[in-house]
Amino acid sequence: MQVGEQLPARSYRVTRLDLIRYAGASCDFNPIHWNERFAEKVGLPGVIAHGMFTMALAGRAVCEWAGAADAVVDFTVRFTRPVVVPDDDSGTEVVFAAAVKQIGEDGLAHLELSATCNGEKVLAQARAVVRTNG
Amino acid sequence: MPLDPSYEGRVYPPYPPYLVGREKLREFATAIGATDPIHHDVAAAQARGYADVVAPPTFPIVLSDAASKVIINDPGLGMDYSRVVHGDQRFAYDRPVVAGDVLICQHTIESITTRGGHDFITTRADLTTPDGERIVRTWTKLVQRGEG
Repeated sequence: MQVGEQLPARSYRVTRLDLIRYAGASCDFNPIHWNERFAEKVGLPGVIAHGMFTMALAGRAVCEWAGAADAVVDFTVRFTRPVVVPDDDSGTEVVFAAAVKQIGEDGLAHLELSATCNGEKVLAQARAVVRTNG
Repeated sequence: MPLDPSYEGRVYPPYPPYLVGREKLREFATAIGATDPIHHDVAAAQARGYADVVAPPTFPIVLSDAASKVIINDPGLGMDYSRVVHGDQRFAYDRPVVAGDVLICQHTIESITTRGGHDFITTRADLTTPDGERIVRTWTKLVQRGEG
């Protein structure tokens, strides 16, 4: 990683099955993440992904960029817009990108992250600090 | 009803000890598509210096979320969870979570503010070992939308 470098975008597909699997793995069974009737009743456009699932995918991208699955030291996001997941086989797609803002003498790289779905930002003020020295 | 701002600074009793399971970590990693061997293969994790498989960065939400019920259900605070959305989330690590860790999760309300008819509450969960070694802190900002 170099300061100023744009890291290659990572794109992950998200289907209803992914949300159900994440609900089980995270023990977050809020019906807005799997029940269309409920989601629409509370005013959502449809079933939406768990914010924490989107953040987990961002974390996966960060680990892939860092080249180590244990590299993350600090990680923060703001949820700005829901990721709507249609009831079909292809679902939707979330695209993550990052820029390297700073690398400290301690070997910690500061990344500024972006996440978009259908061209709209779903995360803001998303940053990660990762170890780059193995 | 808005959140009671006098709850700012409140420290809650810790959640019962949480044993991080190897299969739970594998299940979580699989659910987010994290295929790195240190999440799945004990030998790969040990080769990297860990006692057992390593958690993905957002895994601690499983514990901090469960433990946060003490705040959400605190009758004096006055939270109406049907009006709550997740605003911000942060994790700050001292070291990764590893299968076999026993984690004690304790919540503190760091701030409660009101703006534009909405309430904002930031909570911090400190995850430590029973010996008091700090592993990770998580901050969650929730937004409680105004009524009507």
